[in-house]
Amino acid sequence: MDLGCTPEEEDFRARLRRWLGEVLPHLPAPPAATDWPGRRAYDTAWQRMLYDAGYAGLHWPRDAGGQGATPAQHLIFLEETERAGAPYVGANFVGLLHAGPTLAAEGTAGQRARWLPPILRGEEIWCQGFSEPDAGSDLAALRTRAVRDGDAYVISGSKIWTSHAEVADWCELLVRTDPDAPRHRGISWLAMPMDAPGVTVRPLRTLAGSAEFAEVFLDEVRVPVANRVGAENDGWRVTMVTLSFERGTAFVGEVVACRRVLGALARAARANGRWDDAVLRRRLGRLSAEFTALWWLTQWNVSEAMRGPGRGGQRGGGVPGTGGSVFKLRYSHARQELYDTAAEVLGAGALDVEHAWVADRLSSLSYTIAAGTSQIQQNIVAERILGLPKGR
Amino acid sequence: MDFQLTDEQRALKDGTRELLAGRFGRDRLRAAVEDPAPDRALWRELGAAGFFALRLPEADGGVGLGLPEAVLVLEEAGRALLPGPLVACQLLAGVVDGVAAGERIVGLCDGAREPALWEHPGGCDELIFVEGEGGRRGGSTGGPAGGAGEGAQGRTGGAYRSAPDQVSCAPFASVDPLTPLARVLDLPHAEPVAVDMPRLRREAALLTAAQQLGSAVRTVEMAAGYAREREQFGAPIGSFQAVKQLCAQMLVRAEMARSAVYAAAVTERALDITGAKLLADEAAVRNARDCLQVHGGMGFTWEADVHLHLKRAWWHAERWETAGEAEELLAAGLIA
Repeated sequence: MDLGCTPEEEDFRARLRRWLGEVLPHLPAPPAATDWPGRRAYDTAWQRMLYDAGYAGLHWPRDAGGQGATPAQHLIFLEETERAGAPYVGANFVGLLHAGPTLAAEGTAGQRARWLPPILRGEEIWCQGFSEPDAGSDLAALRTRAVRDGDAYVISGSKIWTSHAEVADWCELLVRTDPDAPRHRGISWLAMPMDAPGVTVRPLRTLAGSAEFAEVFLDEVRVPVANRVGAENDGWRVTMVTLSFERGTAFVGEVVACRRVLGALARAARANGRWDDAVLRRRLGRLSAEFTALWWLTQWNVSEAMRGPGRGGQRGGGVPGTGGSVFKLRYSHARQELYDTAAEVLGAGALDVEHAWVADRLSSLSYTIAAGTSQIQQNIVAERILGLPKGR
Repeated sequence: MDFQLTDEQRALKDGTRELLAGRFGRDRLRAAVEDPAPDRALWRELGAAGFFALRLPEADGGVGLGLPEAVLVLEEAGRALLPGPLVACQLLAGVVDGVAAGERIVGLCDGAREPALWEHPGGCDELIFVEGEGGRRGGSTGGPAGGAGEGAQGRTGGAYRSAPDQVSCAPFASVDPLTPLARVLDLPHAEPVAVDMPRLRREAALLTAAQQLGSAVRTVEMAAGYAREREQFGAPIGSFQAVKQLCAQMLVRAEMARSAVYAAAVTERALDITGAKLLADEAAVRNARDCLQVHGGMGFTWEADVHLHLKRAWWHAERWETAGEAEELLAAGLIA
């Protein structure tokens, strides 16, 4: 059990810190959370800066255009960028954390050459077309149909909860290519251009007031067969690769951010007198233990991934295991408890929707739903780790 | 960074588990419920295997390992519900003669608690009494332990060793049938022991947390094992979501506790240990309760082992750092 850094890792951290110190003071102020075109421009400009400095796709393999960094270095990157207050991955989220790693792991040489470099350079934005009105956490129930017509699939159906759809260039789309197969089979993974004829995007307003996700309607959209990643009807397995990335590492930087917010909450409570309330104080103390443990749990999961077989079976591939579900289950609830506690510190100030902690409180409500609800995650943990029988 | 067990650590953990499974299996556990006195033969065997001398330097006849290894063996002991003053013997192996080899058994009593409780009073060859930081409790000059106003005399706490017949005790009916307790009323302060008190307290908290972790992991396995086999309404109860979700929440608690306990063993930082104790206590207590729930009516019986885990977890949760103390310390750490 070693929590220390190697000299190489310390060197990596020092160089990154120096670079962040040089560039961050010159960044413009970020756009409003609801200004998606503005955010696209801001987030992709930041991605370009990372690319030029050699930090783009840090954890991606080198043959996919990434930096081939170890998961430990990726962890250091997320820790340092968060600590320095660098921009969040933002609109590049799906490309860098879902579609990119999936293409790198499952795409052909031609597919990787076509799609990976623009993701890394911040030139193309991806969105995720997985969920449907009748297939959310029950992803295998999806019904959007793709019928083969020559060298194209003709797609009809609809997707929902599609983040960044308004500003996306590409969609990682799950479609049913064999309606007669058992529901987990007969699904294929396609890269769909968002400007294809027949694609209609209708933004959805969230309870936080923003329009960060959308409904996407597909009316006889033609997508070349060449855009299929993985074999036809093998999309479920490809998707599981994507989701293991999502659950494994997608929230790492946020844990660091939550620990920082916790310190700020304690200081705010001291300043406004709420600190004298022992119940509140104890709640803050408990959250401190929780977020520290979540950070160690991340190190545990990442170390496990580094030891385990990766893409093509080599050691250190960093494909996260089911530990990601354990992490997400606790993290999503702890985050909500953090911002509920923030509301207690704020008192009537918690009614001011423009306060950053209030906005974060609202958005934290999605954490136990998105990327698989807590109930579904618990089923995954119970069945895959504890070996309980499938049922209902 | 490689925050996983090394091959040697895994071997140590597996070896301890095998040793305990062979020498302290279910029959022995149930026999201990009737007679919880430490098994002297097993104690010597553990001593011979290096269980207590784990952290002593090799030059002193020890194994020369560190706190993480001590945590791993105590996790296994907690998993097996091994009775006896294990933390005391682990921490005092280099201080009291014969403890490292398992020949003598020493108890450790925390005088900062009210009442000051001594575990296995009938099974110890010696008692080390650790005073609270505020002053002297249970002292021959201060009257009975816990007298009103006592402990606020501003004296630096110390540690004292006593033979069992020098300690004045009152009976105390322990909730844990595997852990007999006595309430310490008075003892001579004739023989001070030179120990690093803050360190002793930190390590006692961490090693207690390690036992809680072992218990929490074990009750997840017991619940999941029962849920896989027990059928109701024509199906294993583990196929029902309500049961699945209980079991999944147990695993999450255990894994959070594991991360915190193992990391604290590596960093040895006071606040990390405090957080680890908090999460391990919660995991042990709540997992035992959920395990009992999964076992249904069976879980409420004396025959099922679940209540033994719950009662031990309650005892350990009251030791060294309670939840309230830990939360206050952690909160103070946020603004330090």
